[in-house]
Amino acid sequence: MSDVAVAQVVETHDAHDDHGGHRTSLGLSNMKLAMWLFLGSECLLFGALISTFLLSKANFITEVVAGNPNVTSTMPAELIEEFQAAGSVEPFWDIPFTSASSFILLMSSLTMVLAHKAVTEDDDLQTKVWLAATALLGSTFIAGQVYEFTAFFREGLTYDGNLFGSSFYTLTGFHGAHVTGGILMLMSLLFVAFRGKLKSDRAETVELVGLYWHFVDIVWVLIFTIVYLIP
Amino acid sequence: MADLEPRLALPSGSSNGRVARPLGAFSRPRNPTGLVNWLTTVDHKKIGIMYGSAALFFLLIGGVAAILIRLQLAVPNNELLSADFYNQVYTMHGTVMVFLVVMPIGAAFSNYLMPLQVGARDVAFPRINAFSFWVFFFGGLMLNTSWFLGGGADGGWFNYAPNNGIAFSPSHGIDFWNIGLLIAGLGSLTGSINLITTVLNMRAPGMSMMKTPIFTWMTLVTQFLLLLAIPVLTVAQILLASDRLFGANFFNVSQGADPLLWQHLFWVFGHPEVYLMILPAFGIVSEIIPTFARKPIFGYPFMVFSGVAIGFMGFGVWAHHMFVSGIGPLSVVGFTFATMFIAVPTGVKILNWLATIWGGKLILNTAMLFAIALVTQFTVGGLSGVSHALAAHDTQQTDTYYIVAHFHYVLFGGAFFGFVGGMYFWWPKAFGYKLSETIGKTQFWTMVVGFNLTFGPMHILGLQGMPRRMHTYDVVQGFNTWNLVATFGSFILGVGTLTVLVNALVSYRKWVRAGRPDVGPDPWDARALEWSIQSPTPEHNFDYDPVVTQLDDWWYRKYQKDENGVLRQVHTGAEIAQPGNGEGVHLPAPSYWPIVVAFGIPVVGYGLIFSLWLVIPGALITLAGLYGWALEPADDLDVDEHQGDDDHGDGDGDDTAAEADKELEKV
Repeated sequence: MSDVAVAQVVETHDAHDDHGGHRTSLGLSNMKLAMWLFLGSECLLFGALISTFLLSKANFITEVVAGNPNVTSTMPAELIEEFQAAGSVEPFWDIPFTSASSFILLMSSLTMVLAHKAVTEDDDLQTKVWLAATALLGSTFIAGQVYEFTAFFREGLTYDGNLFGSSFYTLTGFHGAHVTGGILMLMSLLFVAFRGKLKSDRAETVELVGLYWHFVDIVWVLIFTIVYLIP
Repeated sequence: MADLEPRLALPSGSSNGRVARPLGAFSRPRNPTGLVNWLTTVDHKKIGIMYGSAALFFLLIGGVAAILIRLQLAVPNNELLSADFYNQVYTMHGTVMVFLVVMPIGAAFSNYLMPLQVGARDVAFPRINAFSFWVFFFGGLMLNTSWFLGGGADGGWFNYAPNNGIAFSPSHGIDFWNIGLLIAGLGSLTGSINLITTVLNMRAPGMSMMKTPIFTWMTLVTQFLLLLAIPVLTVAQILLASDRLFGANFFNVSQGADPLLWQHLFWVFGHPEVYLMILPAFGIVSEIIPTFARKPIFGYPFMVFSGVAIGFMGFGVWAHHMFVSGIGPLSVVGFTFATMFIAVPTGVKILNWLATIWGGKLILNTAMLFAIALVTQFTVGGLSGVSHALAAHDTQQTDTYYIVAHFHYVLFGGAFFGFVGGMYFWWPKAFGYKLSETIGKTQFWTMVVGFNLTFGPMHILGLQGMPRRMHTYDVVQGFNTWNLVATFGSFILGVGTLTVLVNALVSYRKWVRAGRPDVGPDPWDARALEWSIQSPTPEHNFDYDPVVTQLDDWWYRKYQKDENGVLRQVHTGAEIAQPGNGEGVHLPAPSYWPIVVAFGIPVVGYGLIFSLWLVIPGALITLAGLYGWALEPADDLDVDEHQGDDDHGDGDGDDTAAEADKELEKV
């Protein structure tokens, strides 16, 4: 084989191996590429769920306005009357409360970025602080969701009652499960950090959890807008 | 070259600072043998062989179902199978063949060959690869246990709403269909991430995307289709499972639900699905035809981009499955055009194969015959398919045997013939001996005759108006003759298909009796990198990184132009192949955790169907498995045979957590 080709190999090794990374064709680490692909797949998952919600909500309102007794009997009469008057499910939401919990979740993206910055700078204390803060903010959001689900259930929105309940709980529940998964990842990182093993050589792991976390936040921005804000 | 440090190895003496800690009963196996070797392997080649073997096992189940269908339809007014059992048999036949036979055979070829074609030592994430296989296998087994636990699914492989609801299908069959395929889909999803990462990121030095073999390209497109189509099916099945198991109302018409939602979700997945079943076979024949026509593939960039175009357009044609569902004239027109357009890149491929064959010095061995059969039979199926872009024509033929004939021509006559050709082509690479050409050609003609006798008459039956999925027919309807012919053909086809197993056994014994002669690294004088290493493939694949300077690099190392510009052989493959010396090579270590994690998931599935209490142990097994996985270093530093650092040594925690997250979705 030609010397050029050999030189090419040597060059590739020199260029990438000296800082501990693996040579990859794209220059992007395998893990990061895999995480992006996973998130791409998740887009379709949430896309299908959001479409399902929109269709189900529209069908639900059509039946409510038409006074289909199968549907109107699934929720308290005063709620149904409000829905009929508004022609939408808008009266159901508690926008200030959900805005507050959305704000909390969005702030957790900021603390996630700070955690990643801290770990790249080998700042152990700040790494732990910001990881813990992110997990705490995420948990606060989940607590808010649990509260909201409980309140909605007491008001008469059940999972097996009608289309609106089934699709609302499935969509937001799926998102909540994703946030919970993210909290588990953050807690695992925090555990590693407290054992003193989360140094800048593992900054990419924190970055990957961050990618996932930001994605889940962005999905919430969509869900909040589409489910709660658009009538 | 051999003294260069292997790309995939850790620098000698270095470690990533982590020490292997034994974890109870499932501590890392050391140099396992026998069954444990297969259960714990993370070797892409063994996983590929396991995918293939599992697919052949499920092929027997799907094949028995097919024969039962044909026996039931052989004569009019037959009562061999009850109508209820007949519903289960054709539903499970379709489901098993699509999800547990064609898809995993594609995965088998991709797993085995793609890393070899790009010059990699393994896939990007070897343990996730093992997990993908096991979760597919357990999901498939779970689906098939429905035969013994109250009957199989009975709503057709697409299980349209509201017919799939508990009111119309009260047995657990559709629940098994839901949960089993959700679990198998998890394997497809993780597998797709793994294989895409491998193609994009682990190509040999110098191998740009446009120097990558077509089979690898088609693997890439296929895996992208899986990546983006599987989540849509997942959502559809979660909605249906919620309806059936937890009383949700997604397809409850009395609550105002729109059952068309199911059809849309199913076919948004389902049409990319048909392309992801055929594209691996397209890739296989794109390797076989140039080899045995002794010419480079005609129009390589066109082959690549037509495959990519099929991938893109495959997401925009789903509603042509729904022309009679009342989707409105505008939608019908839109999807009519999209469907006509997608035939263009497919036609480009057919023409390029023909142009490759044109003027070539053809070697008509078994692999080449199967490849030519694919081109021919797929064209028949493709033409009957594209004609359904015309909504009027489609409305006439929909739900008749004409459609059955169409998709068997593309999936059996196309995809499956391609797979059998691929088996004959790569068998020596995987197992070290060639399959018998005599038996192979007998098998080929048996299959061609059987296949066309079985599915050819279905065109006529369909045009005569025989509906799909009907349990029986009356004497006076005029379907008797061709149904009998089809049943006759199906037995010939069954014998022909099984012949590949006979051939494997007979050829193996002959090879052993002859003292296991070396088949050589490059028995076909072929073109891609997998032929530049010894046969059967050494465990470590490549001794050193192959360096690629052009498309068909291996071929042009054997053949170079002389002073007159004529291509002449300067080396044989055996002269310049890598010797297979694995000294100093570090391989990923085997692990119990993938199979442990995969095992817990169907336990959760059974729990969802029968008793929610069972969910708890299942989830605990999987969760414990995930943490065991995360805490076990990908690299085993205590044994001589070191690990490859291409395993995901650093990112385990979050990746497994991502899987845990998917698991939570199911719980």
